[in-house]
Amino acid sequence: MEYFIQQLANGLTLGSIYGLIAIGYTMVYGIIGMINFAHGDIFMLGGFAALIVFLIVTSFFAGVPVALMLLIMLVVAMLMTSLWNWTIERVAYRPLRGSFRLAPLITAIGMSIVLSNFIQVTQGPRNKPIPALVSDVYHFGAITISLKQIIIVVVTAVLLTIFWYIVNKTPLGRAQRATEQDRKMAALLGVDVDRTISITFVMGAALAAVAGTMYLMYYGVASFNDGFIPGVKAFTAAVLGGIGSLPGAVLGGLLIGLIESLWSAYFTIAYKDVATFALLAFVLIFKPTGILGRPEVEKV
Amino acid sequence: MTQSSASENLMGKALKEALFAGATAFGLFLLYVGIETYQNINNQLVWRTRWGMLAIFVVIAAVSRFLMVAFIVPHLDRRKLAKAKSGILEISDEKSFFHKHFLKIALFALVIYPMVSVMLAGTQGSLKYVDNFGIQILIYVMLAWGLNIVVGLAGLLDLGYVAFYAVGAYSYALLSEHFGLSFWVLLPLSGILAAFWGIILGFPVLRLRGDYLAIVTLAFGEIIRLVLINWTAVTKGTFGISGIPKASVFGIWSFDIGAANNFTKAFGLPMSSAYYKIFLFYLILALCMLTAYVTIKLRRMPIGRAWEALREDEIACRSLGINTVTTKLTAFAIGAMFGGFAGAFFATRQGFVSPESFVFLESAVILAIVVLGGMGSLTGIAIAAVVMVGGTELLREMEFLKHVFGPDFTPELYRMLLFGLAMIIVMVFKPRGFVGSREPTAFLKERKAVSGSFTKEGHG
Amino acid sequence: MTLGTDTMTSNITGEPILKVEHLSMKFGGLMAINDFSFEAKRGEITALIGPNGAGKTTVFNCITGFYKPTMGMITLTQKRGEHHLLERLRDFEITKIAKVSRTFQNIRLFSGLTVLENLLVAQHNALMRASGYTILGLLGFPTYRKASQAAVDKARYWLEKADLVDRADDPAGDLPYGAQRRLEIIRAMCTEPELLCLDEPAAGLNPRESAALNTLLHSIRDEGVSILLIEHDMSVVMEISDHVVVLEYGQKISDGTPDHVKNDPKVIAAYLGVEDDEVEEIAEKLDEGTV
Repeated sequence: MEYFIQQLANGLTLGSIYGLIAIGYTMVYGIIGMINFAHGDIFMLGGFAALIVFLIVTSFFAGVPVALMLLIMLVVAMLMTSLWNWTIERVAYRPLRGSFRLAPLITAIGMSIVLSNFIQVTQGPRNKPIPALVSDVYHFGAITISLKQIIIVVVTAVLLTIFWYIVNKTPLGRAQRATEQDRKMAALLGVDVDRTISITFVMGAALAAVAGTMYLMYYGVASFNDGFIPGVKAFTAAVLGGIGSLPGAVLGGLLIGLIESLWSAYFTIAYKDVATFALLAFVLIFKPTGILGRPEVEKV
Repeated sequence: MTQSSASENLMGKALKEALFAGATAFGLFLLYVGIETYQNINNQLVWRTRWGMLAIFVVIAAVSRFLMVAFIVPHLDRRKLAKAKSGILEISDEKSFFHKHFLKIALFALVIYPMVSVMLAGTQGSLKYVDNFGIQILIYVMLAWGLNIVVGLAGLLDLGYVAFYAVGAYSYALLSEHFGLSFWVLLPLSGILAAFWGIILGFPVLRLRGDYLAIVTLAFGEIIRLVLINWTAVTKGTFGISGIPKASVFGIWSFDIGAANNFTKAFGLPMSSAYYKIFLFYLILALCMLTAYVTIKLRRMPIGRAWEALREDEIACRSLGINTVTTKLTAFAIGAMFGGFAGAFFATRQGFVSPESFVFLESAVILAIVVLGGMGSLTGIAIAAVVMVGGTELLREMEFLKHVFGPDFTPELYRMLLFGLAMIIVMVFKPRGFVGSREPTAFLKERKAVSGSFTKEGHG
Repeated sequence: MTLGTDTMTSNITGEPILKVEHLSMKFGGLMAINDFSFEAKRGEITALIGPNGAGKTTVFNCITGFYKPTMGMITLTQKRGEHHLLERLRDFEITKIAKVSRTFQNIRLFSGLTVLENLLVAQHNALMRASGYTILGLLGFPTYRKASQAAVDKARYWLEKADLVDRADDPAGDLPYGAQRRLEIIRAMCTEPELLCLDEPAAGLNPRESAALNTLLHSIRDEGVSILLIEHDMSVVMEISDHVVVLEYGQKISDGTPDHVKNDPKVIAAYLGVEDDEVEEIAEKLDEGTV
């Protein structure tokens, strides 16, 4: 039982990270119907920004409090990825909006290749380890929960609340939902569609940066090809939860995190990703639009 | 007077945009280019600045933006305007005349390509051209033509095509290892096995639409790769399978050095692996031609027309009595079969297979070639393969760049970076790929190419 | 006030091709079609009319298999006397086996294929058999070559009927609206249907295109193909149909000849949107001949 709860806690932590990335996928998909393949690499860029800032700050000020350090890392990473995703949308995706459906997908795949190779070229191909930021650990009987895990889950929960508020209660959120429903009509009614889409990309990127920072803090290492696997899993999470749905993305993320840790704990770690992908295929076969996705009505 | 003020305006605008681009570039690259992280002698991660490099990036961004706004965009606008004024249709008869001959010339060039490289570079020197360029590009041509059936004709977005390539390669590697079957038996068998897997994987997922299908095919591709890695008892995991036998010339002549019917011995040629590579070149060329022949034939058959109709409108297809499930399955299976052929060829060419060769990036590259070439167009796809694969292969050869950028410079590092950039640039400027128009499969009076603006790209 | 089905069927002479009995279709809690029955006779043009949102397209989608009805039976009787229960067939089988073909309210052409190719796709099943399910065709057997020539001939026959021969090699998406409508209809005809279902064929047509459509529909009827069409424009219906069924809020309110329906007070009420008690008034006025 303790073992199970332990795995549950681990799965929840991992799932939170996937969920944060998945939101970026799901929002962009919801608003312009495009799979932003480069989103996983935005997450990787976020991790690298946090890593570089960490190195700079620690080399100037030795004893920065951990909370402040994390805050600086988060803010810089969020600013960085926001700028990147804003630029990417502006340069590579916007010219293709409304064109042929596969063109933005190919551009996004190209962008993903560019970003990971850009970091490989500029920062080198080796793994980048950093000393542990947070190492406190709490014991509850046989269950060990680290402060890192608590921080990740709490930060995720807080951000999701803020996010939910923005999307559901603010004029910005209303503009986003209107653009999602009908871009032309929204534009006719005075919504600045371009700006709304840009902000969506920025928001998604900021969350990916948070995920990247958390990932760096949790594993203590960053690498140029970190974007792909978590990216694909987060995308899987978004589809599993029902792409376009925010709660679905979080739910999908948590589900995948849990499956991964439970499968590794009780079966073989080797096939944990196979389990994740098989679950995805299984769910989609029986519920083709994901768990919380709206069923697609075939208009005849 | 007005003209000069307009151009002043333009320059002012360009300057402003250039400054903005420079500032953005400064922000983008500040951390990633301006700071370099590296491990010091104690294995600690430390950093140093690279302001010079950062400055170069910023200047490049600003200058190129300036040129873009001030000169290139107005120039393109003027040209567009001139074209619109002259009112000449873009598709003229002259072009299609050239087009027909282009294919013949291209085929002829391919046939004489190995001989020309032997003549120009010598037997040993031709290896590089025949193998690294010729065979490498033709493998991608074949894969892309195979995927074209699924994505370009039937409009089904498959992000896991490399799985069938892997099935073909491992079928050949394992069956020849365990049963000692020859290449000519296993080539069709690998294709059939891949098609079989296409049907198995396709059956449950083909009712999914669009992006859901895309992610599930991606998942299946990853599952197959992960199984290849982890099922070590059979696949030897990441070590891969080596010592895969070479293909023979229809079982008559062998390329094994010790064999009595060795090809070079039989013809009294000097020992060289170049002959095997040349043989492989013709083999993959023949396989490509087979793929093209079948694709062209199928397009004129009811099944091929049903594929294209499916891409255009699935519901209308069903209203015409077409069983869309079997139609999709056949597209999936036939596409997979060509992937399997290519896989078997790949295994015999390398003599070694490992899961490393079947990563998602490969699927992405193949898909990119299909889309960049112009979905459905065999010529366009072949051109895209030559440009994208040949172009990046060329980079490996650019030793002189070392003299420019110093001895640490490894052009290969930039291979994928440039590949990705090329993907983006081609898509932004030519979203429908190199060849956007479509050749009709039947005609009453005259064959007219269908402009890309009418064709759809499928939803499932 | 409700006109019973039984009383109406007694008026009908001739053999029914399509019999819809007690059809009901529920979407969630909404009863889109409620116990709807009617018959269409062979060789006739039957029109299904009603105000917007009456459920006409839903009935159509049930007949052509795009929806599975909640309840009810749809029987199709072929020339050879075979019966098919349409609600049990899958959508493509309704065209392939039962020989019912349809068009769509929002034209669904293969816009990137040429006009001729659109018509060849419609002959898919026949050509599939002729090509030995692709295998014989791939090997170059002459049966397929002959069959594909025959397919082109059939396409040309219909292109002539629809006055589209000159556009045969143009992409379907390039045709003007009225021509696209006609193309969609002749594409459905290329499946060799016994019953052709048209969903608002006249919507959005200008008078000249409308006239061309009427000519085409009459020539289709003269081939012995029965037509079932949806329209909410009464004037079009009255001109071409032999038999009219009126639907409102998922229920049948009238059924009979165009003249009968035209003068039915319930129909007038439905179209003018008057209150129930006013129906009586209109009926009285009708009797007086003032409307």
